[in-house]
Amino acid sequence: MESFELKRSKDSVNSDQSAHWSSFPDEVLERVLSRLKSHRDRSSASLVCKDWYHAERWSRTNVFIGNCYSVSQEIVVRRFSRIRSVTLKGKPRFSDFNLVPENWGANIHAWLVVFAAKYPFLEELRLKRMAINDQSLEFLAVSFPNFKALSLLSCDGFSTNGLAAIATHCKNLTELDIQENDIDDIGGSWLSCFPESFTSLEVLNFANLTSDINFDALEKLVGRCKSMRVLKLNRSVSLEQLQRLLVNAPRLAELGTGSFSQELIVREYEELESALSNCKNMHTLSGLWDAKGIYLPALYPACTHLTFLNLSYAALQSLELAKLLPHRRRLKHLWVLDTVEDKGLEAVGLNCPLLEELRVFPADPFDDEIVHGVTDAGFVAVSFGCPRLHYVLYFCRQMTNAAVATIVQNCPDFTHFRLCIMNPGQPDHLTNEPMDEAFGAVVKTCTKLQRLSVSGRLTDRTFEYIGRYAKNLETLSVAFAGSSDWGMQCVLGGCPKLRKLEIRDCPFGNAALLSGLEKYESMRSLWMSACNVTMNGCRLLAREMPRLNIEVMKEDGSDDSQADKVYVYRSIAGPRRDAPRSVLTL
Amino acid sequence: MSKPIEHDYIGLSEQPLPSMEKSSDTNDKKNGLRLKDTELRLGLPGSDSPEREDHDQNVLSLKSFVPGAKRGFSDALDGGGKWVFSGGSGGGSEGLFSPRGGGKNNGGNDLSGPDSGLGGPVLKDGAAQKPQVVQEKKSQRVAGSIHGNGITAAPAPTRAQVVGWPPIRSFRKNTMASHPSKNDDDDNAEANLGSECLYVKVSMDGAPYLRKVDLKISGSYKELSSALEKMFSCFTIGQCGSNGVSSRDGLSESRLIDLLHSSEYVLTYEDKDGDWMLVGDVPWEMFTNSCKRLRIMKSTEAIGLAPRAMEKCQNRT
Repeated sequence: MESFELKRSKDSVNSDQSAHWSSFPDEVLERVLSRLKSHRDRSSASLVCKDWYHAERWSRTNVFIGNCYSVSQEIVVRRFSRIRSVTLKGKPRFSDFNLVPENWGANIHAWLVVFAAKYPFLEELRLKRMAINDQSLEFLAVSFPNFKALSLLSCDGFSTNGLAAIATHCKNLTELDIQENDIDDIGGSWLSCFPESFTSLEVLNFANLTSDINFDALEKLVGRCKSMRVLKLNRSVSLEQLQRLLVNAPRLAELGTGSFSQELIVREYEELESALSNCKNMHTLSGLWDAKGIYLPALYPACTHLTFLNLSYAALQSLELAKLLPHRRRLKHLWVLDTVEDKGLEAVGLNCPLLEELRVFPADPFDDEIVHGVTDAGFVAVSFGCPRLHYVLYFCRQMTNAAVATIVQNCPDFTHFRLCIMNPGQPDHLTNEPMDEAFGAVVKTCTKLQRLSVSGRLTDRTFEYIGRYAKNLETLSVAFAGSSDWGMQCVLGGCPKLRKLEIRDCPFGNAALLSGLEKYESMRSLWMSACNVTMNGCRLLAREMPRLNIEVMKEDGSDDSQADKVYVYRSIAGPRRDAPRSVLTL
Repeated sequence: MSKPIEHDYIGLSEQPLPSMEKSSDTNDKKNGLRLKDTELRLGLPGSDSPEREDHDQNVLSLKSFVPGAKRGFSDALDGGGKWVFSGGSGGGSEGLFSPRGGGKNNGGNDLSGPDSGLGGPVLKDGAAQKPQVVQEKKSQRVAGSIHGNGITAAPAPTRAQVVGWPPIRSFRKNTMASHPSKNDDDDNAEANLGSECLYVKVSMDGAPYLRKVDLKISGSYKELSSALEKMFSCFTIGQCGSNGVSSRDGLSESRLIDLLHSSEYVLTYEDKDGDWMLVGDVPWEMFTNSCKRLRIMKSTEAIGLAPRAMEKCQNRT
């Protein structure tokens, strides 16, 4: 009857709906999801339902692995079958500063072997803080016929022979980006390994290398690679050689010069100036090793469209910078050495209204006797002129709470605030107070803050502020700070988005370590070195949280009960099997 | 629970410090008690008893950044003074202090005077914890700091570095180390402010551009001349045309030596007074102290130099 019919029709509507849902074609879903580029969005999409999980994994071509030990090669290749591009990060960040034992791990080779089998069409490999040797580079070069892009940042274990293998075998290479690695630089002949027929290179960055290179080979290479848009030379390339290269590569978008200090005669200078000004597309300029003030004007007519200027290897004085900047009003990113001093930074504030990122590196970080460098005044001056500033890395020898409060008032949009007062534990140089209020101001005012590095004398109060206010904080670096366990507990109890916490030389002990039990699985990693954590504390953590890997590295001659260096990270791969003897896995 | 262990702050020791290996009293540490360490010493640096000194050499040569020492050393820092490290080990980086230049490192900056009192770090958990020893990975400065060529450099920076601080990547550290920033006139030789290199410009008549050579790396005239040969062997005199660098093919390195020996060229230097002298007339140390720049000049232009060099030498006491 009616009701029966109604009921039936209801049922059929329901079944229609479910049929409608599951008949949504996979191909369409995959096509839609393939537009998602951000790996976080992709992770979110994969969690919606099984269909979406599968559609996402079949459509993913680029996999990002932030901790190479958090997952195993087998798991990765089982889930994703169509990967073309892999980004892998290995050692904890403090390995950049020699705090991690040399043979700690993060070797790429096992990954390459699996990729050769499962991703023979791999095109891109981007590694950060991984160990890679020449044999691995050679294996890479011959195993992937479509290989296009290799980027090595802060890696170690290889030599220029490995680069020669890449040059020799990778016929389709478009990108070779070698940055800040610990390379064994045997010589520049690797450049001549690119065959005569090879023309595809678009990105070449070998600024990392110290030895002389085969300039002839380089000149010919640049001449035949017409699509080259990024060229970053090493220091051995002279100004005169630079001019010859530029004549052949006027379409460069990013240029890293070699040494900028050769003595030139007038004609040579004019030729250089002309070659530089022909590069109408140039938006990024770096290198400028040993730049002499008198040659900097060669840069003025060129690069009026510069958005990124990296002067961090050019020991410029304040006047030289002040003369250079008025031509660079479009600058968004500026890296300098502290030789420019506060006066130089004043010039930055006056001339770079669009500045978004500023990094000031120390020219003489280890010399106590140096009285110049930059101070709180320089930073404040920049903040008044550059309201869009959101990324800062600032090495200085003195700072005040008041200055930082002013700075963040002028620039409330900081996402990355990395302040390094170079003397550990140094207080506010005017009031002698701890720097607690400075970082309090940062976290209270800069609600978008994602990354924070603290320094100076800090009590637990700083960490109370951070825990309470830094709602978007993802990365926190702490050194020589805090008064008790309470400080670290505040951070672990607050900061809902915390992913990476790295701590050295702080009075945080087991109570602090264990207070983060529930948190560590939502984080990528925790590093604690030279703190008060003991082996027993680590063992307890390992027992309570079996899905975390707890690694302890001991110092020579330290007490058996101390856990000198602790590295805690979540992993679905279980404890790693390639740890050296100096690393204890609990 | 073991007793907290206190360490005295120690200033510089006059003795060269051995590298930090296991300390000599590892045995003691097994008990967690190191009674000797807990004794407060109020003496000035260097005035300790011999047995203590020996221990100190191995263990306490580094100012600790021991955690829980926070209160200890923050008391000591109340003077608002700088945090000073002493000692260092065989790492040989630019922060390594010189055992001989003790003068300005004592006293003032030192935290080990009688005032520091309980300024020793207080350790929790009873373990002796030492800050990490300076180990500069593949630092280019290793050679520089151990040169015994008698150059009286300004005393090296006073504090030993804590490993990995300030947090700067090795590449940048090594790069800045080999080329210290210049603050004055380009034509002067690099000032010797605690840096372990002495770069002077070398120009060669007819060569398209200058090179720089580190006088400290060469310990003698012989080494200097072979360094120069390597540098300038690529230039064929008379073939350097408008295109600058000539091809390196087919040139023998001995060409420069030939040129020098054939007296077509002489090696000269400009000294502090601005005079041009022949290289080789004065003792090596004196030469490196006074040399501002080098020039490989045609011998036709060098006539008349030699006598002046000798005179000058005699005029100096």
